[in-house]
Amino acid sequence: MWIIRLAWKNLWRNRSRTLITVGAIFFAVILSIAAESLKTGIFDNLVKNVVSFYTGYIQIHKNGYQDEQILDNSFSQADDIEKKILANKNVTGLTPRLESFALASSENLSKGCMVVGILPENENKITSLKRKLVKGSYIEKTDQSVLLAQGLAERLQLNVNDTIVLIGQGYHGSTAAGKYQVKGILKFGSPQLNDKILFMPLQTSQSFFSADGMITSYILSIAEDTQLEPIASAVRKTLGTNYEVMTWEALLPEIKQHIATDSNNMKVVQGILYLLICFGIFSTLIMMMIERKFEMGMLVAIGMKKAKLIVLFITESVLTVLIGCIAGIMASIPVIYFLNKHPIRIGGDTAKAYERFGFEAVFPTSTDASIFIRQGIVVFVIGLALSLYPMIKILQLNAVTALRR
Amino acid sequence: MNTTVIDAHNISKVYNPKTIPVHAVNEVHLHINKGEFTALVGPSGSGKTTLLNLIGGLDRPDKGNIFINGTDITKLTAGELISFRLHNIGFVFQSFNLIPVLTAKENAEFIMLLQGVKRKERERRMMQLFKDIGLEDKMDVRPEKLSGGQQQRVAIARALASKPQFILADEPTANLDSASASNLLDNMAKLNKEENMTFIFSTHDQRVIERARRVITLVDGKISSDTAVVPTTEIQTGQVTS
Repeated sequence: MWIIRLAWKNLWRNRSRTLITVGAIFFAVILSIAAESLKTGIFDNLVKNVVSFYTGYIQIHKNGYQDEQILDNSFSQADDIEKKILANKNVTGLTPRLESFALASSENLSKGCMVVGILPENENKITSLKRKLVKGSYIEKTDQSVLLAQGLAERLQLNVNDTIVLIGQGYHGSTAAGKYQVKGILKFGSPQLNDKILFMPLQTSQSFFSADGMITSYILSIAEDTQLEPIASAVRKTLGTNYEVMTWEALLPEIKQHIATDSNNMKVVQGILYLLICFGIFSTLIMMMIERKFEMGMLVAIGMKKAKLIVLFITESVLTVLIGCIAGIMASIPVIYFLNKHPIRIGGDTAKAYERFGFEAVFPTSTDASIFIRQGIVVFVIGLALSLYPMIKILQLNAVTALRR
Repeated sequence: MNTTVIDAHNISKVYNPKTIPVHAVNEVHLHINKGEFTALVGPSGSGKTTLLNLIGGLDRPDKGNIFINGTDITKLTAGELISFRLHNIGFVFQSFNLIPVLTAKENAEFIMLLQGVKRKERERRMMQLFKDIGLEDKMDVRPEKLSGGQQQRVAIARALASKPQFILADEPTANLDSASASNLLDNMAKLNKEENMTFIFSTHDQRVIERARRVITLVDGKISSDTAVVPTTEIQTGQVTS
């Protein structure tokens, strides 16, 4: 106990030195938390934008649909399939979709678009589609109306209650044509979705494409996104070989690749950051050891065992690093929450490059508590590892040499 | 009957043996009894501090043996030596070397903490020691608020706290003014007389030499003279009996 008391007192014998060390650790913790939470936040946002807002975590298609995405590769919606899928306790919900392409026209303009037939309530439960509504109202199951993505609506100069004309190819080569009232306008984070998507009730789309009772996919919501692959495997096992069960990572390999590449880049940045932290802490340790060499010599001379001296110095290090880490974590909480609520937005060519990947150039931070704890622990461990330096110096200490001024 | 505290046989210490050898201590024989008040004197580089380090177990001789209360400290391991110093030898350094963040009492008590002495016993001993050195009213004061002389008296209390066999003092008065040095030496002489505490000084200071009962002169690492003397102060105060 007296060692802790003495270590605490020793910390404040040279306030400047202690404050410099605590400050170095404090800023190191904030920076490493900010870097990690920004990385996680960006990837979460990316997944949310592109995956959970449209693709879903897991999709089920008829075998071969992924390679040839045509209506002829659709399959019959069936209760027994849905029951089998939902029997897996990690699958929290599903919604069917019928997807194909059509030419959308207003009075004077036309543009290719993706027509998606949905069960409005089910879809909303999984992708929170209703929250994307910026104008008008949400569609009902039996409506003969559509929801337009904002970009598409702007391109076609359409507004709520206007009429849109759709022409395309239906099931088994039939002609698909129809006109529908625009019931609402949706805004998507992903510019790719925002420029081309159109939703209509499933039944209406089946009628439009002459594909009664057919769907192209089931979109699944899952309990735990970290268990993506095991859940997909379980569903795959349940459904057999007639269906392809695909995770978002398989559906969007370029996004997975992008995350992996960015993640590796971030690791390099974090590595450099940790290196700077090491230099910061190490330089103050060197200063301290030079300053207190005589004192160490005196303590060993009067009979303090080196093991006790090591415990004293390690206690001082632990206290210093702990203060820096706790203060850093406390200070980073409001910063990270602020950046989560007011995310960094970038423009220019970088933004365009991000848009090409299909997601908005917005960088929110992640407020996942584990990031704060993990980064705090990493810096704490770095601090402790550096305490090996005083330990080695004490072991090498020669009292006679140390006592020479 | 005189009890031997230190018995050094033929000890030598050579620095830079492979380049330009310096015989800091050269075949020295030294015998110190309990209760002696001895000054090691000699010019700079004569080997005073090296001899003090050797008999204090801070350094090891290249040759010879040193017995402290019958224990050959040259045979002890580094760890055993530290423990031996803690329980048998008190050190007083030239520049006081008190721990600045501790009070005077905590500094003196520190060595007893290392020894694992119980709180009650520590308290009792501190009261006694601070009374002996005349600093009862400064026990809770930090070193920075004490004069040089007072700090050195606290250092003596620290050295005495461990109940050592003897105290080694390396130039204890070098950083003190005359009044402080005189006061400090009075304290040491009193402890020597009343508690029969053995003191060995390495010094240049004439004031210390004048108080010593034995003066050992070192020249080039060898003892050139070893004289029992009557301290001048005792002559002045008429304490000498024929």
